[in-house]
Amino acid sequence: MSIAVDRDQELIGRVIAIADEVAAVHADEVDREARFPAETVAALREAGALSALVPETLGGVGASLRAVAAACFELGRRCSSSAMVFAMHQIQVATMVRHLDDAPWFQEYLGELCAQQRLIASVTSEIGTGGDMGRSIAPLSEAAGGRLHFTKLAPTVSYGAHADDLLTTVRRCEMAEQSDQVLVLSRREQTELEQTGTWDTIGMRGTCSPGFTVRAEIDSGQVLPAPFSDVMNQTHVPISHILWSHVWLGIATEAFERGRAFVRGQAKRAPGQPVPAAAGLSRVMNQLSMLRAEVRSALDEFERASEEPGRGRLGTMATILRFNNLKLAASEQAPLICSAVLELVGIVGFKNDSPFAVGRLLRDSLSARLMVANARIHDVDAGLLLIAKDV
Amino acid sequence: MHTTESASPVSLQSEIREVLRAHARLPVDVDTLPDDADLFRAGMSSHASVNVMLALEDAFDVEFPDEMLTRGAFESVEAIAAAIGELVESPAA
Repeated sequence: MSIAVDRDQELIGRVIAIADEVAAVHADEVDREARFPAETVAALREAGALSALVPETLGGVGASLRAVAAACFELGRRCSSSAMVFAMHQIQVATMVRHLDDAPWFQEYLGELCAQQRLIASVTSEIGTGGDMGRSIAPLSEAAGGRLHFTKLAPTVSYGAHADDLLTTVRRCEMAEQSDQVLVLSRREQTELEQTGTWDTIGMRGTCSPGFTVRAEIDSGQVLPAPFSDVMNQTHVPISHILWSHVWLGIATEAFERGRAFVRGQAKRAPGQPVPAAAGLSRVMNQLSMLRAEVRSALDEFERASEEPGRGRLGTMATILRFNNLKLAASEQAPLICSAVLELVGIVGFKNDSPFAVGRLLRDSLSARLMVANARIHDVDAGLLLIAKDV
Repeated sequence: MHTTESASPVSLQSEIREVLRAHARLPVDVDTLPDDADLFRAGMSSHASVNVMLALEDAFDVEFPDEMLTRGAFESVEAIAAAIGELVESPAA
């Protein structure tokens, strides 16, 4: 076995243990109280998992995206909120690592991230952009002493109040058009967060994602050199869709396993007798296998496209459509699976305190269609389809 | 429809500018931008850029293959001229 494979296996093994021993234990309480999954995040920190994607040369684990995706899946089975926090943090890390361009401030920062296991939240959405991540209203403005500042009104910032640092999209400068964006990493001590809403939702309650007004003052080195338009197509969007869909696959897989446990229990109770729910379970397995195939093939394609010099293929419309399709398919399939399991399990699945409960899984999975609304993605795809050729 | 083989670079670029004027929905007059100006930075949205690509395919009677359909290939008058030039020179591609 190669060293890289060992590293990946070690990471996945640690995360599975955390998922089973920590995330699963607190999941119901995290959901009930809509509280941050602090125990899971502490355990992930302890395991060094927050720097999984940072190369070893900068002090990180140097794990592959595949391993991190597997970790998202495993956490997703036990606690969706923990999994989504982990996934979103990894998206921010991947963004910096893949677009580092030897920027000295960011190299140093990634070293600190590894040593201190800092948790990074994302501030990409903004009030007034209609959910279009490719546009920003808030500009980066000049402040005293050559520093820069911004004030951004964000409708949701997942785990904003629990993050050590924030990665925020802003307009390059006051003169720049809305589509001319850059990413800024601001540390907690440089950032003022004013909560502007609540987070009492039907699912993903532990991600604690209310709105915030974000104000920060930073040094010019804290602006990622690459334009966000490149970062978005080559990294941010495809990796978001890949890691989110692994979380959703984890949720759907857990729902299926609960349905399976129910059917096996029925079969054992009356050996030889027909189990009415068994045929339903077979249909759910089929839906689950389609979801799994979509999620896995997208990861394979992303890995291949990332290895090409210049990552040119990731910027093509055909590829943008491909990873949008992943998001659309996975976000629609996962709640269908959870709801099909609920139907076959029946009332014991509807009860929150039964071993076959699927309520939390179903509610959490409903967020998938909304985090970047599918209607918005369909609008984008409809435009791209007019011009893309081989889709 | 214009035949691009006979077009000089100057008229190729003015034809591109005509398409941009009609479809790019820039907040500024396209003629105030130099050939190498970044059209996205000048305010062309992704949505408008798709319409620009469609109009260019129509005006120059070409089809941009997928590998050419990137932001970079349409980011300036210069880049668009190069993309069209490539397709016109090697129609089999």
